[in-house]
Amino acid sequence: MKVAYWPGCVSRGFTPELHGSMALVGPRLDLEMVELNRANCCGAGVIAEHNQELVDTLNARTFALAQQTGASMMNICSTCQGAQSECQQRLDADDAYREHINTHLEPEGLRYEKGGDWSNKNLLWLLVEEIGLDKLRERVVRPLDGLRVAPFYGCYIVRPTGRLGYDRFPHRDKYLEHVIETVGGTAVEYAGSHKCCGFPVITMAKATSLRQAGRHLADAIDADADCLVTPCPLCHLNLDLQQPDAAKYVERDLNIPVLHLPQMLGLAFGLDPKELGMDKHVVKTRDVQRKVAELAAA
Amino acid sequence: MRVNGKSALACNTQLGDALARAPGGEIVVEPMGNMPVLKDLIVDMDAVHWKKIQRVVPWLLPEGEPPEREYIVEPEAMIDITQSMACIQCGVCVSACLSMEVDPEFIGPAALAKAYRFVGDPRDAHTEDRLSDLAEDPHGIYDCTHCFACIEVCPKDVAPMNQIMRLRRHATGDYGIKDRNNGYGHEKAFVDIIERYGTLHESQLLPRSYGQGSLIRSQVEPRALKQLIESLPTAVAGLRSGKVSPKAALIHHKLPDQEQIRRIYHEIETGDGERLELNLYIVGEEGEGGAAEQDPSTGDGSEASTVPGEAGTERGGAEQ
Repeated sequence: MKVAYWPGCVSRGFTPELHGSMALVGPRLDLEMVELNRANCCGAGVIAEHNQELVDTLNARTFALAQQTGASMMNICSTCQGAQSECQQRLDADDAYREHINTHLEPEGLRYEKGGDWSNKNLLWLLVEEIGLDKLRERVVRPLDGLRVAPFYGCYIVRPTGRLGYDRFPHRDKYLEHVIETVGGTAVEYAGSHKCCGFPVITMAKATSLRQAGRHLADAIDADADCLVTPCPLCHLNLDLQQPDAAKYVERDLNIPVLHLPQMLGLAFGLDPKELGMDKHVVKTRDVQRKVAELAAA
Repeated sequence: MRVNGKSALACNTQLGDALARAPGGEIVVEPMGNMPVLKDLIVDMDAVHWKKIQRVVPWLLPEGEPPEREYIVEPEAMIDITQSMACIQCGVCVSACLSMEVDPEFIGPAALAKAYRFVGDPRDAHTEDRLSDLAEDPHGIYDCTHCFACIEVCPKDVAPMNQIMRLRRHATGDYGIKDRNNGYGHEKAFVDIIERYGTLHESQLLPRSYGQGSLIRSQVEPRALKQLIESLPTAVAGLRSGKVSPKAALIHHKLPDQEQIRRIYHEIETGDGERLELNLYIVGEEGEGGAAEQDPSTGDGSEASTVPGEAGTERGGAEQ
């Protein structure tokens, strides 16, 4: 399947292991990924807070570039998904507004067209709705038996349901669990799976931010998880990069690895953890790697 | 209360729907979150919800002698705040708030939506004081973690988080309030970085946020420098893990056609304080009747007619 691939900013910045692992996993899912190298930041909620017309134009530009490829768009970031869906909702809701936004794209020869079958889906949604869990299961060569994985969605991909297509796909808030089980792991139930990682306020309300991250990590540990998995690199920054600091705010040891969704898929596809960038985490992934190596040997 | 773990108004929750979502086929009801339980399902709303509502001075503060009769306001001037006025003070958003869960002192979604009801009211004369107060409070508008929980549960579509974002927009965009929480700095840093590079240059975001948008200020202002030094261990951990290379931290590629991003910025950010906002709560989506009625294509062809009807948009800033 051909997709217009929007990797987002963070996957090519502070979480390069996400971009790298997606490049390895994509072909194994028969994804032909046309990377949108000219597209711009989604605004991550901040530009929306600053100026709505600006953020709607920037994302309309990305959509227009994606539409030029003749394929639907795929992202690998919950925050991109939510921020872009918000703009798409406004662009699609009002013809006159969309026309106005398109006037800003005209000088570049771009235009966002509403409708048709064109969609913008996070890898997680694409896995379940387009690729299918059966096909995913076929590609698994190393089922992650016994690996206890705590799903962490990221707010932007679960709320508000009214904007995120939950009327058509009511189980989108269960997909991570489905994917974990499909690749052979055990999905761990815990309080934080659909809550906020705290990243948006890390520079403005650090205590609030890291108490959130710390609490969810602690809840996952208490539920006997081996690791977390997330489709959001911004969540990854707060849950992994900031984990040592978060431990101070919740006054306990944490030390639980956090995987990106493509990394977990890659492990099940038999890929080398190093190639998947699993050595590029702040919280070491050794125990997960050891468990997976034992599976391969068994 | 909370139904199957989700904050909701019991009176508009259908049993059938609740049963369909009940894990194990049993509906679980619990008292509201973020408030002390008095007994069974009864919580102390006075201690949390109403106290926070009082905190934002929930009444009009006009200036000068009151008019002989009522204040005369153009209906159009009130449209912007109709969404926040729809609040019925049920407290469901407070129950669901994920910031309040870790910071009980957070002013919270209901009270901040109420605050916007007065900030956006043209009769109120203390707009800047209100905004400054809420921006400087460490538990104010910059303590909202943007999680959409309040938007999801509100039975009246008040979208409290969106009202909080409007408060931020007015505080930074219209009044330039440089708060001590880095709210102004964070927004300015982020928006400026995208104008310059097109994608996010993360290693500049933190220092620029601490320096009210400026890289230089972040290294000379004592308060910014202190915050920068405090974040050094995290930066070092990032570098040591190999996820962040020194080169990637220092050099960030511009988009091949970055001048297009700049052009878009300049077209939209004209500096006249005007902002176009399409509020779907007011105009509705296509098929609901609202948007179609707003179609300005039959208008007079002036600049204003290329955007949806004024009723559905906020032209912020100019009215202040």
